[in-house]
Amino acid sequence: MGLTRGSTGLAAVDNGLTIRRLGEGDRVFALAGNPNVGKSTVFNALTGMNQHTGNWPGKTVATAQGRCIRHGTGIILVDLPGTYSLLAHSAEEEAARDFLCFGGGDGAVVVCDATCLERNLNLVLQVLEITPRTVVCVNLLDEAARKGIHIDLEGLEKALGVPVVGTTARSGRGLEELLLRLGQLPRQRGQPLRVVYPRVIEDGVSLLLPALRPVAGEKLDCRWLALRLLEEDQSLDRSLAAFLGEDIRQREEVAEAITAARQLLAQQGWGRRELEEAMVAAIVATAESVASGTVYTSREDTGAADRRLDRIFASRRAGIPVMLLLLLGVFWLTIVGANYPSQLLSTGLFWLGDRIGETLAAWGCPPWLLGLLIDGAYRVLAWVVAVMLPPMAIFFPLFTLLEDLGYLPRVAFNLDRCFQRARACGKQSLTMCMGFGCNAAGIVGCRIIDSPRERLIAILTNSFVPCNGRFPTLILLITIFFTGTGEGFRASLLSALGLTGVILLGVGATLLASRLLSATVLRGVPSAFALELPPYRRPQVGQVLVRSVLDRTLFVLGRAAAVAAPAGLVIWAMANITVGEVTLLRYCAGMLDPLARLLGMDGVILLAFILGFPANEIVIPIIVMTYLSAGTLLELDSTAQLHALLVQNGWTWATAGSVILFSLMHWPCSTTCLTIYRETKSLRWTALSVLLPTGAGMLLCILFTALVRALGLA
Amino acid sequence: MRETDLSRLEEGQQALVTEVREDGAMGRRLRDMGLVRGTPVRCLQVSPLGDPVAYLIRGAVVALRRADSRMIRVEPL
Repeated sequence: MGLTRGSTGLAAVDNGLTIRRLGEGDRVFALAGNPNVGKSTVFNALTGMNQHTGNWPGKTVATAQGRCIRHGTGIILVDLPGTYSLLAHSAEEEAARDFLCFGGGDGAVVVCDATCLERNLNLVLQVLEITPRTVVCVNLLDEAARKGIHIDLEGLEKALGVPVVGTTARSGRGLEELLLRLGQLPRQRGQPLRVVYPRVIEDGVSLLLPALRPVAGEKLDCRWLALRLLEEDQSLDRSLAAFLGEDIRQREEVAEAITAARQLLAQQGWGRRELEEAMVAAIVATAESVASGTVYTSREDTGAADRRLDRIFASRRAGIPVMLLLLLGVFWLTIVGANYPSQLLSTGLFWLGDRIGETLAAWGCPPWLLGLLIDGAYRVLAWVVAVMLPPMAIFFPLFTLLEDLGYLPRVAFNLDRCFQRARACGKQSLTMCMGFGCNAAGIVGCRIIDSPRERLIAILTNSFVPCNGRFPTLILLITIFFTGTGEGFRASLLSALGLTGVILLGVGATLLASRLLSATVLRGVPSAFALELPPYRRPQVGQVLVRSVLDRTLFVLGRAAAVAAPAGLVIWAMANITVGEVTLLRYCAGMLDPLARLLGMDGVILLAFILGFPANEIVIPIIVMTYLSAGTLLELDSTAQLHALLVQNGWTWATAGSVILFSLMHWPCSTTCLTIYRETKSLRWTALSVLLPTGAGMLLCILFTALVRALGLA
Repeated sequence: MRETDLSRLEEGQQALVTEVREDGAMGRRLRDMGLVRGTPVRCLQVSPLGDPVAYLIRGAVVALRRADSRMIRVEPL
């Protein structure tokens, strides 16, 4: 279900996780699993919540929790970030492991992908080492069936020694049983399947166990702890010490046992890498043997259908042209689709505004209040709703469909070479794509990038791609100044082409800025990375359309009321309060004017960008409103009239060009800035994330304007 | 056939992993994905710009950059 209100805007800011038990008897279960196996779908289906789901690994970056009540017991589910293993390395893997080990939950659900169960079993086996109170949820059974994969769930339950439930979370199948088995978990007895490691490791574990049992035996699985101590897993040190209240390795008997076990390993010529490899190999071998007895495939290549699609979406020849065509198609649909509702809304809303104004006047409302409310707040609000909302509400679900399909990782695959050249992480494509939806969401998404250097690059450059709130501005200006407002296929296609060009410019700027950062403040070489290309999934078209359109509409409406209307009030007040001879508005715009002229704009435009800091979609409405308050034109319900108004105020195509460039590259909106601060915890990086796009935008505008003037083009 | 490294496989070619020479986080991540000695891999397709390359590893499709796949020794089948 794509980006939702819960994953964009201010809600994207992560505030950390504290478990909130509502009732005494509430039970807490962790929801673990490999990336992209449908954990969030299971979570949403059970809790009725709206966690962002999408078909790409690493999408859940922050832990979420939700509560449901079954058979009189409150069940709290904690949706952990997806991990391939618990031998944690990245931040989210550590978070998942720490919650499972030390979170104080009543058990865990490991969600598995039935289409590649074997690999998922690696994680299951590792979770079983930590807690036997585990339910294995084999999800995506429908997809597996389509691919000719059959799973013997009963056999799997016998082999693993813990409850196994088959589900198709998208349709809700199997979820009731999952809850039922969860409820029975605390009474779960019996020994789950254990991975048997090579002899020397087992001997080392035996040496450690007697020393560990008295200090940690009641709180942790000692075998698991012994294995980690043997492995010298440093990422565990701090959370372990905090959990047990002491650093147990400082205890004499534990320290002695560790030394003895290490000596044993060293005698046999086992270094840390051999140990690590042998442990993983033992887990993988166990998973392989369990899978070979429980997974049956009726087809040779179960991924043949994915392979065929990849030959369209990610092949050498077709990959990039198809990507551009898709982009163009999405923009074209957005432009064409937004046209009609936009006209309807503006006619309706302005008519309504006039009626409200008349009514208020008839009631004896003083003219200044009428101006403030109707000409100020209402008009800006109406503008945001009529002109800005329709493209936003249409682009969003289209983007979500592509995300649901599993297309975004293919974009990363196609573009990785460019990011490699920029010395950045290939997953930056994913966060960049998220930026199209909402820059704040894109920045939170940067957590999927493991290397801190590459993550910072992705964060600092994210606002170079225009978010949903900036699309309408771009579309509007491209349409009225460059491609013509005429009806018909040609005009709309030209507009879509123009928009695609602007987006590509944004992508180019992202790459260039990333390279620049890599060469200066964030020096380094690209770190290794493995990008998973998940199976394609049929998007839930109906559900996405309805929920995503509604969701986006509510979000924009809410923000319009919170930001656009007050901004309208401020502008109207500024236009009517005079300082000496001139209005406050003219005074401020006049102050900004010299700088703005240099950028090929005017003071009003720059002022609108500044006032648009809380939300990009109010920039154009503020400009219009300001011009209207000073001019004579009062009715404005068509794009042709808008063109006339702008030209009346000295706009040329070059002005529009500058505004497009500056809209693409200026400071991130307030929510994005806040998110950057939360994610980097540094005012310095936040400041840089403002300065970088602003500097780039100003430079580009100055060059563009100088060039146009030098060539005498406008 | 002679041992080579993963980056030299042609599209469609299959091989068995003989050694993962990658250390540190990447080595672990590859092992987490089930890439250990004896794991069968298949080279699926090269990306439009020539790098990375997608491989089939234990039923999952994983793209690796050539700089990394060079560190994985394989024996073509």
